[in-house]
Amino acid sequence: MIQVDRLTKQYGPVTAIRDVSFNVEKGGIVGFLGPNGAGKTTTMRILSCFMPATGGSARVAGYDVFSQSLEVRKRIGYLPENIPLYGELSVSAYLDFVAEIKGVDRSERKRRVADVMDRCDVTDVQHRLIGKLSKGYRQRVGLAQALVNDPDVLILDEPTIGLDPVQVAEIRALIKSLSGQHTVILSTHILPEVSMVCEGVIIINRGRIAAQGSLDRLAEEFFPTSRIQLQIVGPVEVVGPALRQVPGVLRVEHEGPADGAGIYLVESMRDRDVRDSLAQLVAERRWGLLELHQLGMSLEEVFLRVVAGEEFGGGA
Amino acid sequence: MGVWAIFKKEMRLYFTSPVAYVVFTFFLLGMGGFFYNIFAFYDQMSRQAAMNPAFARDLNVTDAILRPLFSNTGVILLFVVPMVTMRLFAEEKRSGTIELLLTFPVRDGEVMLGKFAAAMALVLVLLGFTALYPAIVAYFTRVEWGPLLSGYLGLMLLGGAFLAVGLLISSLTENQIIASVVTFFTLLVFWIIGWFADSVGGNWRVLFQYLSIPEHLDSFGKGVIDTKDVVYYLTAIVLSLFLTLRALESKRWRG
Ligand SMILES: Nc1ncnc2c1ncn2[C@@H]1O[C@H](COP(=O)(O)OP(=O)(O)O)[C@@H](O)[C@H]1O
Ligand SMILES: [Mg+2]
Repeated sequence: MIQVDRLTKQYGPVTAIRDVSFNVEKGGIVGFLGPNGAGKTTTMRILSCFMPATGGSARVAGYDVFSQSLEVRKRIGYLPENIPLYGELSVSAYLDFVAEIKGVDRSERKRRVADVMDRCDVTDVQHRLIGKLSKGYRQRVGLAQALVNDPDVLILDEPTIGLDPVQVAEIRALIKSLSGQHTVILSTHILPEVSMVCEGVIIINRGRIAAQGSLDRLAEEFFPTSRIQLQIVGPVEVVGPALRQVPGVLRVEHEGPADGAGIYLVESMRDRDVRDSLAQLVAERRWGLLELHQLGMSLEEVFLRVVAGEEFGGGA
Repeated sequence: MGVWAIFKKEMRLYFTSPVAYVVFTFFLLGMGGFFYNIFAFYDQMSRQAAMNPAFARDLNVTDAILRPLFSNTGVILLFVVPMVTMRLFAEEKRSGTIELLLTFPVRDGEVMLGKFAAAMALVLVLLGFTALYPAIVAYFTRVEWGPLLSGYLGLMLLGGAFLAVGLLISSLTENQIIASVVTFFTLLVFWIIGWFADSVGGNWRVLFQYLSIPEHLDSFGKGVIDTKDVVYYLTAIVLSLFLTLRALESKRWRG
């Protein structure tokens, strides 16, 4: 649905993005993750045909964003970062305008506007002026205008920025409900957002793509080992070395208190499950096993590794 | 289709904000004042003419009322057009709505024409109001239709040229106030440039006279539609709109 090939954009002497390439499959929700100034907005402005690139090419919904821009624009819904809406128009008048300019048939327009107002839950404020709405409602109106032409592709630039936690949760749920019918690319600098909402992630840093793929695949790429956390009651100076002797274990870290119930982090290769061996060891030695579980790879850690350019093994 | 959607949106914004009402009030007060003076003067003249038949031969409605009325309407448009055009692009740029507007499936030219048409419609409404004055005159005495109609054609062309210049300047800034002030002074320069024609002399004199706005309006009021005058206003419109498109394109590149 979205094919981006070596996209580059320069603002005068400033290179905002360089050689950005990625693909987004039909029907998915992909997170475009990066710190502030990474080039997310620039990329989305190019995809939405607001701005031409200085190099490379991009196709959205099957059309080139530069040479077939009108075709692309018919098939997208775009929500810019700061949700620019006309404050002096009422919600319904605004959505009617957007529906008309996006080419929704006259006969269908009323029904479509009512439909998106319903989906975005703004029906009860439809007669209010947009300028008088709360940030959360404005965000919904922004989503409603993006959806009103039933677009193939939704491009959402930081859709939850500036909202309170309840509103954030609501908007995320709304966006999540859109996948399947639409292909969604949403940018964010908030890590948990990606794992909560998205299926795939593209990480951009300083104008370059640092990593991309499904969350699982990224975890494997950046964390070839898996980690197991244990809490064991036993003598620290014996437990640590004993754990290290278990076949398959690469490293052991002792994190907890020096006596009593110590916490140990055990690393092993991802494809080798050592949990059973560990449990047996503890049982044989008659230590107390309070806890044993595998740690998930948080996106945060992936992100930090990618963005900081860290090599594996630099921890502790 | 895109033009029509933009047109309706701009009209709605004119009337949901105070702009249209301020413009109407200002225009009607100004025109009322001018017309009162012109009409009172004509009234006084015709009393004198009643006593002096020789004088009456030189007194006609077109010269004494319509031509000054058209010229004064031009002066008032000079003041109100900057208010009509200032918001059109500057406010979209300031608030960021231009980013969405330029990603809707319409050409930049359609966006521009929709805005131009809305501003033109507002000015046509204003000109419509002024039809009241010839109507009052016609109630008392005979009015020549030729000069009346060609005079309005001239005012429409002049209004269109003013609006196109205002639209261009609005596309060059994010600040409505700057847009209106710069538009006003730009139009003012072209309004008064003819006054300096005599003092510069030579080829400059011809150029200054050619560029002068009122120079091209007057013959319309006499019932003369001169190609030279029509071309002058149309050139101003086309050139300004062309440059506005270039400004939008540059806005896209710069983000
Ligand atoms: N209109 C612009 N003119 C000049 N530089 C810009 C412009 N927009 C963005 N930049 C620069 O390009 C880089 C990427 O910005 P942006 O795409 O907005 O990043 P993000 O959305 O990820 O925060 C930043 O260094 C920013 O300062
Ligand atoms: Mg951004």
